[in-house]
Amino acid sequence: MATHSEHSSTNRRDFLYVATGAVGAVGAASVVWPLINQLNPDASTLALASIEFDVSSIPEGQSVTITWRGLPVFVRHRTAAEIEEARAVPLSDLKDPETDEQRTKPGHEQWLIMIANCTHLGCIPVGEAGDFDGWFCPCHGSHYDSAGRIRRGPAPLNLVVPPYEFVSDTLVQIG
Amino acid sequence: MTGAIDMFKSKIIIAAFAALAGLASVPAIAAEAGPRPERQPWSFAGIFGTYDTNQLQRGFQVFREVCASCHGAHLISFRNLAEPGGPSFSEEQVKALAAEYQIADPTAEGGLRPGIPADRWPSPFANEQEARAAMNGALPPDLSVMAKARGVSDPFPTWVFNYFTAYQEGGVDYLHALLTGYRDEVPATAPEGFELLEGQYYNEYFPGHAIGMAPPLADGSVTYTPGEDGVTVPETLEQYATDVSAFMMWMAEPHLVSRKQTGFVVLLFLIVFAGLMYGTKRKLWKGIEH
Amino acid sequence: MSEHSTYTPGTAVEKWLDDRLPVVRFAKEHLMDFPTPKNLNYWWTFGAILVMCLGVQIVTGVILAMHYTPNVGLAFDSVEHIRRDVNGGRIIQAVHAVGASMFFVALYIHMFRGLFYGSYKAPREIIWILGVLIFILTVATAFMGYILPWGQMSFWGATVISNIFSAIPLIGENIKQLVLGGFAVGNPTLNRFFSLHYLLPFVIAAIVALHIWALHVPGNNNPIGVEVKDGRDTVPFHPYYTMKDLFAMVLFMIPFAWFVFFAPDILGHPDNYIMANSQVTPAHIVPEWYLLPFYTILRAIDFNILFIDSKLGGVIAMGGALVMLLIVPWLDTGKVRSGTFRPVFKWFFALFTINFVALTYLGAQPAEGIYVVLAKVCTAIYFLYFLVVLPVLSRIEVTKPLPTSISESVLGKANA
Repeated sequence: MATHSEHSSTNRRDFLYVATGAVGAVGAASVVWPLINQLNPDASTLALASIEFDVSSIPEGQSVTITWRGLPVFVRHRTAAEIEEARAVPLSDLKDPETDEQRTKPGHEQWLIMIANCTHLGCIPVGEAGDFDGWFCPCHGSHYDSAGRIRRGPAPLNLVVPPYEFVSDTLVQIG
Repeated sequence: MTGAIDMFKSKIIIAAFAALAGLASVPAIAAEAGPRPERQPWSFAGIFGTYDTNQLQRGFQVFREVCASCHGAHLISFRNLAEPGGPSFSEEQVKALAAEYQIADPTAEGGLRPGIPADRWPSPFANEQEARAAMNGALPPDLSVMAKARGVSDPFPTWVFNYFTAYQEGGVDYLHALLTGYRDEVPATAPEGFELLEGQYYNEYFPGHAIGMAPPLADGSVTYTPGEDGVTVPETLEQYATDVSAFMMWMAEPHLVSRKQTGFVVLLFLIVFAGLMYGTKRKLWKGIEH
Repeated sequence: MSEHSTYTPGTAVEKWLDDRLPVVRFAKEHLMDFPTPKNLNYWWTFGAILVMCLGVQIVTGVILAMHYTPNVGLAFDSVEHIRRDVNGGRIIQAVHAVGASMFFVALYIHMFRGLFYGSYKAPREIIWILGVLIFILTVATAFMGYILPWGQMSFWGATVISNIFSAIPLIGENIKQLVLGGFAVGNPTLNRFFSLHYLLPFVIAAIVALHIWALHVPGNNNPIGVEVKDGRDTVPFHPYYTMKDLFAMVLFMIPFAWFVFFAPDILGHPDNYIMANSQVTPAHIVPEWYLLPFYTILRAIDFNILFIDSKLGGVIAMGGALVMLLIVPWLDTGKVRSGTFRPVFKWFFALFTINFVALTYLGAQPAEGIYVVLAKVCTAIYFLYFLVVLPVLSRIEVTKPLPTSISESVLGKANA
């Protein structure tokens, strides 16, 4: 029905409409993104995402609880007996098989660093308690051994080891 | 024809807009405020202005060695000093700097521990009472947002032009004027007949002229560490005042550079988009008498 | 409302929905096909711009509330935390603060458009009154929002304005305490203002819905003030006015963005970067610019009138200035709506506009010398315009002949 000239003018009009719509869509998207991104952790929170901790003040056989990313973290200076006990456990006895070496850093095996929330429902287990010389969660009765591995009770997994590394012999950087 | 009329109408609207927005200014007249501080050629002034990293680093040195012994800046964290758009110290420098300070922390042994980059800048006094006791009854104000907490008032029509030049350096002009506005050498002498109380100094620009702060800077009072660019600047009162004022502007508005950069993109986008919208609207209304 | 039902459900699903909740029908009739006079000029785009402003304030406000702490010890620092640490916080906070000013720019233009083109005249009185109600609520919302950063101007603005309540005879002091939740502005005040500042925009949005509902009964007024006669006078709202309004919104965003990105603090006051201190009053307390005209009227009454003292008198005058707007449909009873066809009215309207700008200017000046006299003169002109000029003009003014219809008017313009 349309004559040729009408047709081409329709095309030009369509192009303008599409271009305007496309530019508008880009604009809308770039407005929406910052409105969502503001929900992400802010600079003051990110500044504490990685912390340094000096372990030298913890005597053997003692542990401290520090805070990292809002979570309690156990840092335990294990005794030789505890390490030996943990290594003697065959993997087949474990609910969540992991060797003691996998849960510590080579050369720093005496240091056990774990997020202190029970993997069952998040309570903080009590140290030097339970049937396996490790931790015992009083909320629902989970027993952890001296490497923080789950041995008995409802918790499905070992206590979580956060990402960390020793930046010097006594200084550990968590996160 | 209708297009031209539309354009004309929109011009009226923009003009009306500008006129109304112009009213927003509050040209207050401060009593005894002294002369209007002179406008300085700040690197961060105007819509293209950005901070001069070397100047901010020098300003930080003045702030740290002089101002910070009495004034706090509790909104600043050490980490800010390494963030882009600021003095841009390296992460290592900031970490080392933070560790030089003892931070109050109730969980630490003895209540104090070395600082980390995430810590806020420590205040020189534990509380207001302690500060007043040490400062002859005066309270040194926190300097975090001081560059924006002071301003100047311009007469009509200058304040209208300020809207179009985006002049926002009134506060920092005032700080520079204040720091260089002491009369004579230490101890400052007031003009004939002006009563100064014990511990007060005469300042040209301070409202009421009697200021409790002794002249903080003098020629040669800070030895600048050489900047990364190797350029040396004179160690004069004028230079210190300029540098530390610029640093205080950065403390008050740390995201100035990125804000302006985003602004250019946004404005450019809006102008292009407005052009397209106008074309679309005209095409659509073509053939409709209105 | 239902006289121009243009919607026929196309599919069985659409029909099913339409029989139960006719949202599609509603949207089509009121947002798309609504017949709109084809001669609306750009002054008419400010309604849509205001909807945008309200949306921007609500969205940015909800976000700011996620990071803000309404406590006298923490509020000031939490606003700085938003500016410094929150991702994009400096911009979002600036949009909200600058947005308040932009909102009022658009609001005043929208109101003055209505005043010039007689948009308040029958049968549109309710639209106008709802609009004035929106204005008053917006002022209240903006005022309470200004308290939240807990700077010196926030605190002293709240102190000064809350003292208005104490002007009420006998129970004034009690009402003031009720509003503040204490004997002076303090933590309870900050908390309740935060709560109300969050609530009121949604009330405003609801009244905006009523405002538009009322508008869609008689349809839009237009620059010639002659009612729509038939289909030749109108175009469907979509796409004609949706596109035009969107274009105007984008244009409006240009100065908006200028302030946000290049001068975010120029509309504010340096004293608000000093944390609230009940022991020190700033040298010059001035409200935000958009409150200045009414502030001038409040201050202009510095004398006792019979048994009414000056304080109460000022409050009555300020309230009266708003009452004038509410009753203007019954003060200006002339049949001709548009100022275009009212040769004498035009001049008085111009005077009224200049006078309003002068009232704004005077509000920022110290109450001394010539300013005191000028404030009184301008206040008098404000009231005379409503109480004398409009009623008299509507009886004696000889108006220009009106076009018979919108289509005739636009054809005449095209041929001219």
